[in-house]
Amino acid sequence: MSTLLNLESVSIELSGNRIVDQLSLSLAPGDIGCLLGPSGCGKTTLLRAIAGFNPVSSGKISLHNKVVSSNSMQLATEKRNIGMMFQDFSLFPHLTVEQNIRFGIEDWSQSEQEQRVKELLLRIDLNGYQKRYPHELSGGQQQRIALARALAPRPQLMLLDEPFSSLDAELREILAHDVRHLLKEENITALLVTHDQQEAFAMADKAGVMYSGQLLQWETPYELYHEPTHELVADFIGRGVLLQGEVKEHKLHSAFGVIEHDDIKNHPNMQVNFLVRPDDIVLNKNSAMKAIVVGKGFRGSHYLYTLELSDTSRVLAVGPSHQPLNDGATVGIDVDFDHLVVFDASLCELPD
Amino acid sequence: MSRGTLLLFAVAVLIGLPLIVVALSLLNPQWDILAHLWQTVIPEYISHSLILLVCVGLGVTVLGVSTAWCISQYDFPGWRYLSWGLLLPLAMPAYITAYTYTGLLDYAGPVQQLIRDLFNVSIGDYWFPNIRSLAGAVFVLCVVLYPYVYLITRAAFMQQSTAAFESARTLGAGSLKSFWRVAMPLARPAIATGVTLALMETLADYGTMEYFGVTVFTTGIFRTWYGIGDAQGALQLSALLLIFVIVLIMVERYSRRRARFYQQRSSNRTPQRRPLKGWRAGLASFICWLPVVLGFLIPASQLLWWSVEKSDIWLEASFWVLTGNTLWLGLLAACITVLLALWLAYGRRRHPTRPLRAAITLAGMGYAIPGIVIAVGLLSPLAWLDHQLIAASKWLFGMNPGLIFSGTVIALLFAYSVRFLSVSLQTVSSGLEQITPQMDDSARTLGASGRRILWKVHLPLLKSPLLAALILVLVDVMKELPATLVLRPFDFNTLAVRAFEMASDERLADAGPPALMIVAVGLIPVMMLSRALRNKSIKTGD
Repeated sequence: MSTLLNLESVSIELSGNRIVDQLSLSLAPGDIGCLLGPSGCGKTTLLRAIAGFNPVSSGKISLHNKVVSSNSMQLATEKRNIGMMFQDFSLFPHLTVEQNIRFGIEDWSQSEQEQRVKELLLRIDLNGYQKRYPHELSGGQQQRIALARALAPRPQLMLLDEPFSSLDAELREILAHDVRHLLKEENITALLVTHDQQEAFAMADKAGVMYSGQLLQWETPYELYHEPTHELVADFIGRGVLLQGEVKEHKLHSAFGVIEHDDIKNHPNMQVNFLVRPDDIVLNKNSAMKAIVVGKGFRGSHYLYTLELSDTSRVLAVGPSHQPLNDGATVGIDVDFDHLVVFDASLCELPD
Repeated sequence: MSRGTLLLFAVAVLIGLPLIVVALSLLNPQWDILAHLWQTVIPEYISHSLILLVCVGLGVTVLGVSTAWCISQYDFPGWRYLSWGLLLPLAMPAYITAYTYTGLLDYAGPVQQLIRDLFNVSIGDYWFPNIRSLAGAVFVLCVVLYPYVYLITRAAFMQQSTAAFESARTLGAGSLKSFWRVAMPLARPAIATGVTLALMETLADYGTMEYFGVTVFTTGIFRTWYGIGDAQGALQLSALLLIFVIVLIMVERYSRRRARFYQQRSSNRTPQRRPLKGWRAGLASFICWLPVVLGFLIPASQLLWWSVEKSDIWLEASFWVLTGNTLWLGLLAACITVLLALWLAYGRRRHPTRPLRAAITLAGMGYAIPGIVIAVGLLSPLAWLDHQLIAASKWLFGMNPGLIFSGTVIALLFAYSVRFLSVSLQTVSSGLEQITPQMDDSARTLGASGRRILWKVHLPLLKSPLLAALILVLVDVMKELPATLVLRPFDFNTLAVRAFEMASDERLADAGPPALMIVAVGLIPVMMLSRALRNKSIKTGD
C-alpha cells in the first residue's frame, strides 16, 4: 500500500527535553488521521515538526517517499506543500476573505485564482463573503475561511492543530463533519491533533492516543474504542472502568462471576484488569446479579448510572430516560461483552 | 550571541550611553565640587523640587481623578465633548502656557489693566499674585499635566468591574462611600502611574522654571554648564536629578505591576452612566470645564491674539525657514527613532534573550530622563570623540575637520533618539504584538518566503502604528527645549528655541506665532488619541 505521510521512529527534542520519543506512523493517500491525547503529550510539537517548524533530532519524516525531515536535513516549510490550520485560525486581519484565500495561490493565473476562490467559497457555503474582513465574521465562519485558505493551494497534506477548540460544543460537531466532508471531496490527506475524542471519532479514518511523547495505538476509531491494546488507551477513549479479575483456564473470574468469551480462549492464566464500558452492562430486573445505584447523571435521552457491585467495585451503566432509578435502589444487571479486553495486571501503569 | 544580536545589543547600549555616563558620575563623586554646590545651591534646588513635586502631585491628582470620575460615571450635558476636550492641554508645552499666563497676568497684561481701570488705582496700590513665582509654576504644571492622570484613571474606572461597585451599593454603601471604599482603592495603582508620569515631566521641565525664575536642578545644570562653564559640576547636578527620576521610575514600575493585579476581567456589560440633573449636572460640568479652560482655551486664545497682533511675522520668509527647519529636523529624528525601534522590536521578538531585553529596556528609559540630563550625558563622550577625531585627522591628513559630532545636527539627532526612542518603541511593539507567531507560520505553510511575509503581512499591519510613532516623535521633537538649547549647532534654531528666546527677551507677543505653530502640530496626536479612545469605547459598546 502506498503511503503519503510516513514517520519512522521520530524523536524531537526542544531545549534538551525529549518531547516526542521514537514515534512511527503512516497515512495512506486520502486518509484522515487523528492524534489524541492530553495537553502536553507532544502532539502539537509533532505536528509542527511535520510542517517543518521544529527540527527532528532523530528518525525520518517523509512525504510521498521523499524525506523532508531528518537529523541531517530539514526542507523549508514553504517548500513542503503542506497546509496547516491553527487553533486561532490566524487569518490575516488586513486582508479580505478573498485576499486571504488567494494568499497561497498568487502565482496562479488570475482566472484560475478567481475560479478556485469561488469554488471553495461555494463548498464552505460562504459565497458572497469575498469582500468581508475577518473581524466581520463569526467564529465558525472564520474557521471555514481558514480551512479554505489552507486548502486553496491543493496541499498534499493538511495539518489541523486543535481546529475546533475555540468554538462551542454544538458548532464543533457540525463543523467536524463539514470539514471531513470537504477534505474527502478534495481528496486531501490530513492529520488532526485534538484532545477531544468526539472530534476524533467524527473526523478520523485512523486515530491514536499519544502519551508523553509516544503513540500508543494507531488504528480505526472503532478498534480504538472496542479493542484498545493499552490500558492508557482504554482509559482515555470513551467512558469505562477497569475491573480486577483473574483468567483461569480460559475463563474470567471476577465480581461478575465466571465469564467465557472468545477473546480470551487462548489467554494464559494470570491476574488481569478488564475493561467494562457502559454498553457492556444491561439493566434487567429479573437478573440474579444485583448492584446498587450510587450515582446518576441525566443525559437527556438516557441516564448514566454508577453502580456498585458486591465487591464494592463500581461500573457505569446506561438506563432509559423516562423511568429513573433512585439512589440506593437495587437493580438486576446482565453482562454482555461484545469485546472482552484484558490487560496483564502486573504491567498496570494507570495514572491515578 | 550571534553577530546580529550582538549588533542589536551594542546599539541598545549606545542609546543608553548618556544615561550610563551620568549614572557613572554618581559612582565617581567629585567631593570638592559637591561640597561647594551643597553649600551654595543644592539645598534650594532640593526644597524647590520637593515643593513642586508635592504641590503638582496633589494638583494633578485632584484635577485628573475628579474629571475622570465625572466622565466615566455620569451623563451630563457635554460630557462627550469634554471626554476628549480634557486631553487638549496635552498639546500645550508647559513653557508656552507659562508665557501666555505671564502675558495675561503681568503688570502690563489685560487683567491688571482692567483692575486699574475699574478701581482707578495704579501699580503698587493693590496686591496681585505674581505669576512668575514658584506658585505660578505649580499652577501652570497642574493645568498642563493633569491629562496624564485623567487618561489613565479614566481607563481604570471604566475597566473596573461594575459588579464590585454595584455590590458595594447593594451592601448599603452610598454613592460617595462606594467611591472612596471601592472605586478609589481599585484605581489607586492607575492614579499613581499617571501622577508619576506627570511628576517626571515636572522634574524635566526647564522652560517654565527658567522663565519664572524658579531655581531647580534643570536650570542649575544649564547655568553651571553655560554660565560657569563647569562640565563636572553640571554632570554632578545631573546625577542628583537622576536620583529623583530613578525613585519616580521605581514608584511607577511598582504601581504598574500592582495595577495588573487590580485589573479584573471586565464583564461584557458596560457600566450604566447615571444621569445628573440640576446643580449636580452644573457641578460636574464646572469640574470638567475648569481644567479645559485653564489648560487650553485661555492659553490658546492668548496665542491666537498674539499671532493676530504680530501678523506680519507670518509673512516673513525667515519664519517659514525656521518652521521648515523644525519640521525637517523632527521628521529626520522621527524616521531614525522609528527605524531603530522597528529593528530593536524585531530583534527582541526573534531573540528574546535576557541581556538583549535588558539593553532594550535601558534604551527605552530615555523618556523619563530630563532632556538637559541627556544633553549633558551626551556632550562629554561626543566631545571626547571629536577630540580624538581631530587629533587623528591632524596627524593623518594635517587638517582639522571641526566638531563633527558635538558641533552638528548629529548631536541633536542622537539626543532625540535617546529621549524619544521609547515613544516609538512602545507604539511599534504593541503593533507587532498583534501579529501572532501563528500568522507567520500560516503564511509559511501557504508557501510565502520571509521577504514576502514582511511585505504582505507585517508592513501592512504595522502601517498605522508606524505612522503614529512618526507623528508622536515629530511633535515631541518640535516641543523639546532644553536638549535643543544645549546641543543645537551655532546659529541653528527651532520653533521652540525661537519662542524661548523671544520670551526671554520680554518680547512675549513675538513668541506667539512660533508657539502657535507648535501647538497646532501638537494637536494632531491629541486628535489621534481621542479618536483611538472613541473607537475603543464603540467596540466595548459604551
